[in-house]
Amino acid sequence: MNNRKTEIGVGLFISAGFIALLFLALQVASTGTITNGETYTLKAKFDNIGGLKVRSPVKVGGVVVGRVSSIQLEQLVPVVSMDISKDYTFPETSSLSILTAGLLGEQYLGLEPGFTMEGMDIGMLEEGAYIQDTKSALVLEELIGQFLFGQSNED
Amino acid sequence: MILDGLAGIGRQGLNFFATMGRAGIMLFNALWALPNIKKSWPLLLRQLYVVGVQSFAIIVVSGLFIGMVLGLQGYTILVGYGAENSLGPMVALSLLRELGPVVTALLFAGRAGSALTAEIGLMKATEQLSSMELMAVDPLRRVIAPRFWAGFLSMPLLAFLFSAIGIWGGYLVGVEWLGVDQGNFWGVMQAAVDLNRDILNGFIKSLVFAVVVTWIAIFRGYDCVPTSEGISQATTQTVVHASLAVLGLDFVLTALMFGE
Amino acid sequence: MSDNAYVEVKNMTFSRGERVIYEDISLSIPKGKVVAVMGPSGIGKTTLLRLIAGQLKPEKGQIIVDGENIPALSRNGLYEARKKMSMLFQSGALFSEMSVFDNVAFPIREHCKLPEDIVRSMVLMKLNSVGLRGAANLMPSELSGGMARRAALARSIALDPDLIMYDEPFAGQDPISMGVLIRLIRSLNDALGLTSIVVSHDVNEALSIADYVYIMANKKIVGHGTPAQLAKDDSPLVHQFMAGEADGPVPFHFPSQPIEEELAEVLK
Repeated sequence: MNNRKTEIGVGLFISAGFIALLFLALQVASTGTITNGETYTLKAKFDNIGGLKVRSPVKVGGVVVGRVSSIQLEQLVPVVSMDISKDYTFPETSSLSILTAGLLGEQYLGLEPGFTMEGMDIGMLEEGAYIQDTKSALVLEELIGQFLFGQSNED
Repeated sequence: MILDGLAGIGRQGLNFFATMGRAGIMLFNALWALPNIKKSWPLLLRQLYVVGVQSFAIIVVSGLFIGMVLGLQGYTILVGYGAENSLGPMVALSLLRELGPVVTALLFAGRAGSALTAEIGLMKATEQLSSMELMAVDPLRRVIAPRFWAGFLSMPLLAFLFSAIGIWGGYLVGVEWLGVDQGNFWGVMQAAVDLNRDILNGFIKSLVFAVVVTWIAIFRGYDCVPTSEGISQATTQTVVHASLAVLGLDFVLTALMFGE
Repeated sequence: MSDNAYVEVKNMTFSRGERVIYEDISLSIPKGKVVAVMGPSGIGKTTLLRLIAGQLKPEKGQIIVDGENIPALSRNGLYEARKKMSMLFQSGALFSEMSVFDNVAFPIREHCKLPEDIVRSMVLMKLNSVGLRGAANLMPSELSGGMARRAALARSIALDPDLIMYDEPFAGQDPISMGVLIRLIRSLNDALGLTSIVVSHDVNEALSIADYVYIMANKKIVGHGTPAQLAKDDSPLVHQFMAGEADGPVPFHFPSQPIEEELAEVLK
């Protein structure tokens, strides 16, 4: 009798704990399994990566398709590696740019899928491939500098 | 004078290490042998009830209130920057990363830890542990081990409960009362909370706290001076030492997990 | 006598911190007898029982129980050896969260894999022998001191041990329960063929049931013999203890400087 009450109490307690975990995992955390599913790696060189960080998202038209896995310098040029979901493939002519979400938001990589044309030999990007067409981050100071420089030239 | 002081410090240091040593030996002896499942299960069940189920109410109520306070405070701060849409991630991240594991551990030390110390201390004072030993039943395995495992298993579950209820409390205040958009609250939260980085790390934290708090509680009881004064002192020590250990370890773990 | 000794202590020295409790003592407890160990309080009679049970380790000497040297045993060996002995604590030490029945069933359930109905009949038999069968379902907190001690006695004989140690069984008992306990100790010893060690400072009660008596004082054994022999013993220590005199070889005062000096300092 007493033992039964204990068993029921403990059972309820454990279930409540797991329901809480389920709630946290499904309702609170991101349900997109981009980083957990199968991925392949793409790389890209930039002149300047600005405020890009490891784990920054890679988006196509606003949809997250992958995340930055590492940022390194190779021969003094920044190289960004990305884990891209296997669900998506992109042609070699795709371009990559570092964009900012809003005026003060986080920086992310915008991937612009390139064209494919029959008859032309355009392959798809595979594991470890480099995206050739990249646009670096906008650095505010350089922008202002260019603007001022351009102004003074006109005079 | 100086020599006396140095000798005092040395003695304190030796005492400290001796205590650590006794605590380690106790835990090792309690856990090293594989338990007899058929005999241990009812004991564990009973302790899960005492340690887990009876801490349930305090965890749920505190979680709800802390979540509601987070919602209210967060809103008044964030609305000044026009960023009240970030209320969701603020509430969720503070709970999952810090408040869930830490406050649960502190409450657990006060509610279950002190009770464990007092119970074991009283068993020692009334010679129940001794008589068990003389009946060739090892009190470390019969009394200490099930209590340790119960604490170890309960704390993460309680921490999950705390965070979940807290987030719901934040939702109640933020969305239902203050009018933050519901879609934004959950959507922005989901974009910001990561299963591995936030939920898993919170889980690891609460496991570490579970070991430390339960260990301190049962050791203080087991090692207490078997008088009423000794037991009350041991109970106080449990709460103080466990709370300090939790807060200190929290800093170390946070630095390891989230520090660059 | 040492041929059939069940417990034998040889040249044992034990001290707690700086304080020496026993200095080079030897004694032997013959099989099947009730042996009383008496002495003034505070000289560590309980400590002797804990030494025999292996809960404490002596500095020097041997403690041999049923042919095994207790201090030299491994942890597991010690637990095996303890299955043959049991101890009745001064407080009874019943487990407060279990009923009297579960308390007595505890050692049986822990050590034997028996079906529940056999456990039940064993427990009821043990409780019957101490006269508490009717109290099986009470909790220890509902028992009087004397009943608690009898329940604890039932628990200590649950597994039919070879050796049973009583720690101050008569302390704080009313005359009726004292009489009951004396009878129980004697009859259990004879009926079950136990060896009993009774530690006590209640001279008359201990003498009335003991076959052999050791008297301890000042870290030593100061006298031993059958109760009849001891009554005739003329050593001052034994005499002081048996007659209950306040001062003698065992000083009334805790060691201190003479009272005149201390008072003189206070009055200065």
